[in-house]
Amino acid sequence: MLTEFILRFVIGGLVVSLFSVLGDLFRPKSFAGLFDAAPSVALATLALAVAKEDALYAGIESRSMIAGALALLVYSQLTSWLLMRDKCSSLVASVASLPAWFAVAFALWWALLK
Amino acid sequence: MIVKAQLSRLKQTKGWEYLVRFVFGGVVTVLAGVIAKEYGAVVGGLFLAFPGIFPAGITLVERHEREKKRKKGLHGERRARLVSGVASGGAVLGSIGLVAFAALGAWLFGLIASWEVIALATALWLAVSVAAWWLRLRI
Repeated sequence: MLTEFILRFVIGGLVVSLFSVLGDLFRPKSFAGLFDAAPSVALATLALAVAKEDALYAGIESRSMIAGALALLVYSQLTSWLLMRDKCSSLVASVASLPAWFAVAFALWWALLK
Repeated sequence: MIVKAQLSRLKQTKGWEYLVRFVFGGVVTVLAGVIAKEYGAVVGGLFLAFPGIFPAGITLVERHEREKKRKKGLHGERRARLVSGVASGGAVLGSIGLVAFAALGAWLFGLIASWEVIALATALWLAVSVAAWWLRLRI
């Protein structure tokens, strides 16, 4: 159990860092921002899922991930809107928008996946 | 608009900032695994697109931009937030790619080799995200 957590932590940390470095490399910032929505956690989790469980399990996770990704779209649009209007700092905007991610993700889960 | 990549930009990021990203990435991946274990793959799958490292990422973007302006003797607060907002706008387009990534995974896992699905879905994420960014420029 602990070994699995450590493995998840290290693989997740490495994949997220890799995409962050790619985001740092590019300009303009609108292009670099694509990497803020990279499938980093998904890659680490699905790779571990197919190594440990089976393809069916990864398929179920991927289906739910569609709802999570749509929620991320709404979340990042709201964060961008708050920042472009100079309403608050990046940290406040991105944390304040988190309820929107939960609302959209779980509304879609309740309506389509439950 | 031309996309440019410069290795020298990596020097702008400090060691502790790389560490923060690594730790956040690791923690979010562990949490996604714990949630999937506790509540099943359907709920766990939602968290594969959870913006767990997003706040840290765009806070660093704002910080870098502010420091850049301060070196030029400017305040840079508003400019830094705008740049951060533009980066978040890029993430909106990246999310469209993420929907495509997930949809391809939902369709192909079980039909072809899992490692091929992961490689194809990643390539699709990049292609759809870049296409969405390119189209956005032209609208």
